[in-house]
Amino acid sequence: MNPHLISAADLSRDDAVLILDTAEELASVEGRAIRKLPTLRGRTVVNLFYEDSTRTRTSFEAAAKRLSADVINFSAKGSSVAKGESLKDTALTLEAMGADAVVIRHPASGAPRRLTGWISGRVVNAGDGTHEHPTQALLDAFTMRQRLIGTGAGAGAGARAAAGAGAGADRRGRDLDGLRVTIVGDVLHSRVARSNVLLLSTLGAQVTLVAPPTLMPHAVGTWPCRAGYELDSELRKSDVVMMLRVQQERMTAAYFPTVREYRRRYGLDAGRMALLPEHAIVMHPGPMNRGVEIAADVADSARSTIVQQVANGVTVRMAVLYLMLGGMAEGAA
Amino acid sequence: MSGSSGLSEEWLIRGAAIAGADPKDIHLKDGVIAAIGDAISAPDATVLDAAGLVALPGLVDLHTHLREPGREDAETVETGTRAAALGGYTAVHAMANTEPVADTAGVVEQVWRLGEQAGYVDVRPVGAVTVGLHGKQLAELGAMADSAARVRVFSDDGFCVADPLLMRRALEYVKAFDGVIAQHAQEPRLTEGAQLNEGEMSSRLGLAGWPAAAEEAIIARDVLLAAHVDSALHVCHVSTAGSVEIIRWAKSKGWRVTAEVTPHHLLLTDDLAVDYDPRFKVNPPLRTKADIEALRAGLADGTIDCVATDHAPHPVEAKETEWAEAANGMTGLETALRVVQLAMVDTGLLDWAGVADRMSARPAAIGRVPGHGQPLAVGAPANLTLYDPAVPATPVDAAAHASKSRNTPFAGMPLPGAVVATFLRGTATVLDGKVTR
Repeated sequence: MNPHLISAADLSRDDAVLILDTAEELASVEGRAIRKLPTLRGRTVVNLFYEDSTRTRTSFEAAAKRLSADVINFSAKGSSVAKGESLKDTALTLEAMGADAVVIRHPASGAPRRLTGWISGRVVNAGDGTHEHPTQALLDAFTMRQRLIGTGAGAGAGARAAAGAGAGADRRGRDLDGLRVTIVGDVLHSRVARSNVLLLSTLGAQVTLVAPPTLMPHAVGTWPCRAGYELDSELRKSDVVMMLRVQQERMTAAYFPTVREYRRRYGLDAGRMALLPEHAIVMHPGPMNRGVEIAADVADSARSTIVQQVANGVTVRMAVLYLMLGGMAEGAA
Repeated sequence: MSGSSGLSEEWLIRGAAIAGADPKDIHLKDGVIAAIGDAISAPDATVLDAAGLVALPGLVDLHTHLREPGREDAETVETGTRAAALGGYTAVHAMANTEPVADTAGVVEQVWRLGEQAGYVDVRPVGAVTVGLHGKQLAELGAMADSAARVRVFSDDGFCVADPLLMRRALEYVKAFDGVIAQHAQEPRLTEGAQLNEGEMSSRLGLAGWPAAAEEAIIARDVLLAAHVDSALHVCHVSTAGSVEIIRWAKSKGWRVTAEVTPHHLLLTDDLAVDYDPRFKVNPPLRTKADIEALRAGLADGTIDCVATDHAPHPVEAKETEWAEAANGMTGLETALRVVQLAMVDTGLLDWAGVADRMSARPAAIGRVPGHGQPLAVGAPANLTLYDPAVPATPVDAAAHASKSRNTPFAGMPLPGAVVATFLRGTATVLDGKVTR
């Protein structure tokens, strides 16, 4: 496996399946009375967060602590040059503190990649600008596998043909072959969409992006997915629909005329949800704009995996830290 | 060497291929070319064996950022012109985006005098088109033209003169003193926050796109304005295939439009941004292979008049940062001719006579630079460069550069050739690839 996790493209199919399988194993720890493993005792994990993100930071923090790592939270507001210490100097400081891994969230695309040149520890990208958010994609893939693979649910995909009891054992070693995933919304600015397209296609899923043309990346035609502008026809043939958050600043920058029109054309309400096949699930990376890209009754429905995604986030991040810091020898794919 | 000062130097250059032609001896005396021929006798001259070397008229750069006054941490007139001489240049145009901005006669005269004092090349200050480069009000273009600096090229480079009416007025106004407006063609609204050529790489890297159309739209507008008021437009750092087409069309109409391309846009693509190393961040951004091919073809057929470096030095800390935070720009004076050899000569697109035209004659004509860009002929000022194209490609060593800054995109990249000597009015500024003082 790559020493760092910067992009979902850093992961081979086998790497990704190994992470999902490891997470599956770690999930069983959740059931125990003592939920801590000693694996990373004596290791230091730094959470370097340049953006407010309570959910991602606490998820990584919980993951590291459950593996008994020492956790340092280092939050720095704003970006480097304008506001004091440069990213490089911060990196050198963390290096001097003996950080074994740095989990970085940064508003600038590519900041984690730059960091790898300045420190010797492992770097985990926890979201960089409009580039990538690979652990989000991993937890999304984990959730999809949990809900749709080895359960007998779904249609078409050969990998899911053999119905099982839904136990984790049936899912181990399996990818997302044939799963049809539709990602809807602001793809242009979405690090979640970028990482998901790369990871899900590596895992064999068929990804379709749906967005207004203004929010589709210029060169989306070179990505390993399909892309379209019309939602309803895609919903009918989706095993998964993933709604992306519409950022407040897009609503005023002429990407679409009004929030009302966006909701009408690209929002997921109960009526649209009814177009989905019976087994299909609804995902959202959060935080949601209820009433914009997703209606409240959809978000709270039984199809929604939103809370499950959050829980799986801790498990998947445990697996990533475990494989990158603790289990490298047996983890090397 | 003998004769270390001014006009007292006398040189006999043996066997140089003038613009690639058959080897000749060149006798430099009293600041001019005294003789050209076979087996010239000049008993008092220092002899320089130039067998295998190409002699070019001293190179002229239309687009150099010398950073002084204001950013002497990045470059000074002294260090920047030393770098220029080492690159084979005898004249450079110093861009106006200094601190303070070169928008008054006082500042352009200061820069011009600093160039005189340094003495490596002739420094031709470029005047700002608008006060403070703010794009609101015309600077005192006439005062700069009449000053000791004799400014003829005006540019807000770094910023586009985006207001179409102001651009029209500027083009009209400089006709009174045979000036030219050098436009940084970048539609500002289409490039808000832009970081990288809009295409496959920007989409993948999550960097805000800089669309080719934002350059082409301004060029299209400006050639129409230049035609309408019958004035001279020069387009800075053309970077897209579409821009080349528009300029070719404008020239076919007989309009007074000229254009430059940078060495980096002739060689490097946006793929280099893959690791977010800001050494490859520049404005306009690196484009695609198809753009490079169009730019090379445009330079070869003369649609693009000249190569200009856009030498843009920055201190280390301006590049050791996140991509979005990093400064735009690359150094280029010391590598330009080698890049042109690789991209244009070794590919068969341009011969050495063509290089002399695109890197000396045409930029000198566009900048109205007296005494430069003339063919190497008896009686012409002895501004010339000796270049060895046979030196095998060696990786560029940024640490060895005379520029104060190290932000060359070519560091570690093998480039062929070497500048051996540069003469400014008969005085050697560079010998054996080293500055003479």
